[in-house]
Amino acid sequence: MTLHRRDVVKALLAERGDLLVVAGLGSSAWDCTAAGDHPLNFPMWGAMGCAAVTGLGLALAQPARRVLVLTGDGEMLMGLGSLATLGVQRPQNLSVVVLDNERYGETGMQATHTAHGVDLAAIAKASGFAAAVLVRDMAGVSDLRKAVHLGAGPFFAQVKVVAEKIPLVLPPREGTVLKNRFREALLGKSALLQ
Amino acid sequence: MNAPLPTAVDWSLATHQVLSRLGFGVVGFVPDGGHKRLIELCQADARMRTVVMSTEEEGIGLATGAWLGGAKTVLLMQSSGVGNIVNALGMVSECRIPLLLLVTMRGEYGEFNPWQVPMGQATAEVLRAMGVVVQHAGIAADVAEHVDAAARLALGGYSAAAVLISQRVIGIKSFQDQASQ
Repeated sequence: MTLHRRDVVKALLAERGDLLVVAGLGSSAWDCTAAGDHPLNFPMWGAMGCAAVTGLGLALAQPARRVLVLTGDGEMLMGLGSLATLGVQRPQNLSVVVLDNERYGETGMQATHTAHGVDLAAIAKASGFAAAVLVRDMAGVSDLRKAVHLGAGPFFAQVKVVAEKIPLVLPPREGTVLKNRFREALLGKSALLQ
Repeated sequence: MNAPLPTAVDWSLATHQVLSRLGFGVVGFVPDGGHKRLIELCQADARMRTVVMSTEEEGIGLATGAWLGGAKTVLLMQSSGVGNIVNALGMVSECRIPLLLLVTMRGEYGEFNPWQVPMGQATAEVLRAMGVVVQHAGIAADVAEHVDAAARLALGGYSAAAVLISQRVIGIKSFQDQASQ
């Protein structure tokens, strides 16, 4: 494995336009923040397993906007059934990108199921995603960026990344701050009076 | 007396009317006998997006994401499903997401399946422990009024509120009743 997770996320979020981003708890949320904290990021600090379906709710509520879920392999494994739910709903504006280091990074780098060969992209494909790919190099990341920003979803990518300990870059923690800044940036000031 | 209690009230229809009037645009559900008619009414409503889920926990993410995008969500589940959403409810509490839960009860009024009883008896306590406001609807005529009140509390108070619809309303009292639905 040669890809570094921070490089992958930075490439996906460069010139992000009006992209809406949900980040699963742990390293994926820190990666997202390292690429630049943004009001249209919703970094999760809990609810492990819920990142993909949170992206689904957002994609259904905002069909004219692109939605990207960035999460880890451990987080995705905890919500594996949600891939089937997304495959049934088939939101064209949703992408799910799993940064797969084959480890539970926050708890001591223990091996996840993907270290033993579980193929998340194959599961997504079999669940009805429009496309599901395995990415191992920067050329693949470049194609992935196009798919996330322009392609017809639902799109899934499993990106194999180096298992590494890197500095924490933390977004705001308070849930209401994250929610309100997101809604205000997306829906306008009136959202705070809804 | 295994048949449902006779009722002049179509609680599912009245509940659908409340949800429609209050503008609930996303309806997440795990298929359930007690909610069968309400699910069908929501599926037939062009202004509601129904989402069938593989587990109730998905509904918490669904509702959070939908609210970030400006849409209101109601989740339909059986009491056993409440056990599946406990940790995820922490997100709703921390982020103060308005959330309406309509829970058809098992494991209480006349239950025939002993495996349903533990979760059914713990449902209200578990919800309250996670900060969800709980209302009980014991008769069909009360359901829609409770749904209206709970929805207003959820939306007005940026909170989660649940209506527990008694097994007395649902009327399932034997495997034969369940199979004939």
